[in-house]
Amino acid sequence: MAGPTRGFTGSARHRRNSRLPPGQYDVGSAYPVLTAEVTPDVDLSEWKLTVDGLVAEATSWSWEEIRALPGSEFHGDIHCVTTWSKLDTSFGGVSVDTLLDAARPSAEATHVLVSSTTGYTTNLPLADLRGGQAWVVWTHEGQPLPREHGGPVRLLVPHLYFWKSAKWVSRMTLLDHDEPGFWEQNGYHDRGDPWKEQRYQGD
Amino acid sequence: MTEPRSGIPWRDATVRHVSHPVPRAVQLRLEVPDRPEHLPGQHYVVRLTAEDGYRASRSYSLASTAADPLVELFVERLDDGEVSPYLADEVRTGDHLEVRGPIGRWFTWSGETPALAVGGGTGVVPLVAMLRHSIEIGRPDLLRVAAFAGSPEELPYAGELSAAGALLGFSRDRRGLEALAGPRLSAARDRPTGRVRGEDLEALLAGGQTAYVCGSAGFAESASSLLVTLGVAPEQIRVERFGPTG
Ligand SMILES: Cc1cc2nc3c(=O)[nH]c(=O)nc-3n(C[C@H](O)[C@H](O)[C@H](O)COP(=O)(O)OP(=O)(O)OC[C@H]3O[C@@H](n4cnc5c(N)ncnc54)[C@H](O)[C@@H]3O)c2cc1C
Repeated sequence: MAGPTRGFTGSARHRRNSRLPPGQYDVGSAYPVLTAEVTPDVDLSEWKLTVDGLVAEATSWSWEEIRALPGSEFHGDIHCVTTWSKLDTSFGGVSVDTLLDAARPSAEATHVLVSSTTGYTTNLPLADLRGGQAWVVWTHEGQPLPREHGGPVRLLVPHLYFWKSAKWVSRMTLLDHDEPGFWEQNGYHDRGDPWKEQRYQGD
Repeated sequence: MTEPRSGIPWRDATVRHVSHPVPRAVQLRLEVPDRPEHLPGQHYVVRLTAEDGYRASRSYSLASTAADPLVELFVERLDDGEVSPYLADEVRTGDHLEVRGPIGRWFTWSGETPALAVGGGTGVVPLVAMLRHSIEIGRPDLLRVAAFAGSPEELPYAGELSAAGALLGFSRDRRGLEALAGPRLSAARDRPTGRVRGEDLEALLAGGQTAYVCGSAGFAESASSLLVTLGVAPEQIRVERFGPTG
């Protein structure tokens, strides 16, 4: 089917942007919150980020240690599976490449299961975290990352739907197979490429 | 528990009933062919297509249960929105809408375990499905519902919720409040708009229940952190935040 819906024209504000992946709209300056859990209070004196699993050297960074790593910024667009996109935004932190380089992934590592302090998990192909495409971030548009947006520190994988960018990230475990995370077990896609509209399992 | 790898197809739904229970909202009842069963708490995606192929899709929770022959949505009209004003103002009986679902396996209640459902504004829509389900299976004792809005006119399904014994809280405009909320009103007076207070929820806690919190990002944030303050374990709280503003 998929003929036109009688009488629907679309709003000019949402239509104007050709930079949007299919089915997405521009929220402008808004920054919606989408989380299935209670927003945690992460204690930075206890927080650490661990990269483990199929690596030569399982490595952890404290809050002080991670901020001492060479900084890296992202400027661009983010896309949520619930159809909003936020254009021209920015985040600051460290490149995931820097973290992976320190832990040295084994040759057989193909996927990563990312976990948060809340127990939230999400799975990604290792290749999606490599090559300057992914960050661990603690600032948003120059300000400390707010709690509801995953602060103090979250993963950022802007080329995939935003549920892959785990809030309150605490661990990345390298695996030789794909293991569905929280939303992926609940019907969402394992890869989540917005340009291919990989929203739900089977898309 | 991995999902079988078959995509959820778009289905051609026919609009069977359109009503405006309150001026700023529309209730749509849709006939969806080959509809898979859904659990209370799940949502559908509605997709609109313009003549030139431009498309917009948004998520809407189901107020109906699997037992209902039709699928029921309740949509609040956001004046400057794209999809909700179309659904509220344009849609007529007999129209066709593309829908996809059910979606979401997390914010669901099967009716087997005790639950507390807390909703703000249109966030009560999935809770209505839970309420209807609890009655259908003869276990209304398992579910407690608290529903909040600015005024009775802004609370979807206010009558149905009230009749089922839900706690109703309104932050402004007391017109009609006594009639709707009856003796449960006391906890709800004089609170700043959109805020939920501890006393409102404390009385509903039974221990061992799963809590379902649904509403705007702001409402969901304050209600879920209140539950944590009242001793509910964060792992026992499931949150559905209706974008996009908070
Ligand atoms: C799981 C889920 C279930 C939901 N269930 C329901 C439900 O049962 N009932 C219900 O009513 N809603 C529900 N929603 C919300 C619904 O999906 C839509 O978000 C809502 O209807 C608004 O859509 P819209 O197209 O009318 O507004 P949009 O066009 O999306 O705009 C929404 C708001 O964002 C602002 N905005 C948008 N774009 C811009 C911009 N470029 N610049 C500045 N501001 C902008 C607008 O001012 C407007 O107030 C649900 C959401 C989710 C995620």
